[in-house]
Amino acid sequence: MMSPDLSSAPPLPNGLVAVVKRDCPTCELVAPVLHDLHERAGLTVITQDDPEFPIAAEWVRHDDDLALSWHHDIEAVPTLVRVVNGVEDQRTVGWSRHEWEQCTGVDGLGEGLPDWRPGCGSLSVDPAYADELAVRFSGSRLHSRRVELASLEDEWEAMFHRGWSDGLPVVPPTEARVLRMLEGTTRDRTEIVAVVPPSLIECTVEKVAVNAVMAGCAPEHLPVVIAALKAACTDDFNMHGVLATTMSVGPVLVVNGPVAKRIGMNHGLNALGQGNRANSTIGRALQLVVRNVGGGHPGGVDRATFGSPAKVGFCFAEDEAGSPWTSLAESRGWRANQSTVTVFAGESPRIFADERSRTPDSLTRHLAQALQATVSPRMMLGMDAMLVLSPEHMARYADAGWSRDRFMEELSAELLCDADELLAGFRGVAAGLPPAAAGQKVPKFRPGGLLVAHAGGAAGLFSAIVGGWANGPRGSDPVTREITP
Amino acid sequence: MITVLDPTSEQTPATRERATRPESLAGLTVGLLDISKPRGNVFLDRVSERLSGLGATVNRYTKPTFTKPAPVDLRHEIATECDAVIEALAD
Repeated sequence: MMSPDLSSAPPLPNGLVAVVKRDCPTCELVAPVLHDLHERAGLTVITQDDPEFPIAAEWVRHDDDLALSWHHDIEAVPTLVRVVNGVEDQRTVGWSRHEWEQCTGVDGLGEGLPDWRPGCGSLSVDPAYADELAVRFSGSRLHSRRVELASLEDEWEAMFHRGWSDGLPVVPPTEARVLRMLEGTTRDRTEIVAVVPPSLIECTVEKVAVNAVMAGCAPEHLPVVIAALKAACTDDFNMHGVLATTMSVGPVLVVNGPVAKRIGMNHGLNALGQGNRANSTIGRALQLVVRNVGGGHPGGVDRATFGSPAKVGFCFAEDEAGSPWTSLAESRGWRANQSTVTVFAGESPRIFADERSRTPDSLTRHLAQALQATVSPRMMLGMDAMLVLSPEHMARYADAGWSRDRFMEELSAELLCDADELLAGFRGVAAGLPPAAAGQKVPKFRPGGLLVAHAGGAAGLFSAIVGGWANGPRGSDPVTREITP
Repeated sequence: MITVLDPTSEQTPATRERATRPESLAGLTVGLLDISKPRGNVFLDRVSERLSGLGATVNRYTKPTFTKPAPVDLRHEIATECDAVIEALAD
């Protein structure tokens, strides 16, 4: 249900009120109790379907537009409410002799009836009406400009024509769909989530929801999109630069913590690929916000030479349960029971294959060789990277009892390179380190510049390397934000 | 007709940009939109004759009332069927 706005709700009458419908066997069952309570305690009945149920009388009111039921959040019938001075004091749902007697203060109710019977769904939450009611009663609280599409216009084509798509079809963001999306968060729809580059537009929860609908998100994905947007729109992450650079990077999202399982994210087979709704749409929703709200279009502020398939949206969950190590989020200072999203400026993943290493030392040395080539084998310290270890590669470290810290220590040692072999002009390659570096050892990555996560299918002696972009104040730092409802 | 919510920052008009102006009307389909003001049809009849003389095909349309914008379906019909449109503001 949308959270009811009681300030504009039609009021319930004072005293005892029962909300019922004829099309409910439990309501039929308690019809004698309704008569009894009217006579003994002045009950008012509000009927959702038949205006003469349980009887045509002035104490039986018809909620013909379901406004009372919707605004007062009636989820099942019968619902018995006690109203004192216009304010709900107590409510009980379904038929329970004990609870009805306790709520009404009237003894001896429903002689001959069973002690307890569950109720039926309220008409106001019937899937056939719920969307329409939400639009009717709370649609006016949506602030976004309405755009009418002609009935002869194909609404899916219209999304392309108006420039709102990343090139793939987007779901038309109708009021009903956006209201449904907003049920995924407890935040107020007017709350400013972030100031979105490149045009530095204040973006509300509602605008995020509109774009999340278009991306294909389910409501439970919305809190992740909101957290990702907050992370991306920071000075540290520098979304403007990530967008504007000629390099092919975009925001790569890694989700950690309990939320990943709750919303059905994929951390296993094909985790970095297609096929899972949450993985495929959350990253896309972030990119659509940057495009539609922030105004970041390819050819506009987005100047990527190549771009990458990952720029449509790149989001996956870490396999925490299957990893002997602390998670990526924990390595960045968060707790295991916190749900977080980490945003990293990265390109598409490339595969690293090692099907021969049987020891952690061999695999680590080989990994270092592959990581050395990230962006350019001659480029040192300036770019970050993310390494996604597969379960079969992780097994080498688990079997040998290596911790995350041990792995990072050994890998860093392997990534300390002889500058002499990387100098500009060495072996006829103009790119490289300045002559002053001669004779030194140089690390490939700055401290904290290599992010390591665990994901992927159970079979495959591969890992994935996601190359990064200019790091630190001259580029982007990875940013992690907590995902809250 | 469906209504969608604008996903953008709403800093540009919702309507799309104008099409480029044609160099010549010869061979084009021109829509004449009568906004339903009195005697607008008289003016448009004459315009229609002149356009036909220039080699244009003329389609005629009528708005239900001059007090309201043309219905979105009518606008779409004109945009789909015509290369150019002339809206009469006679009175």
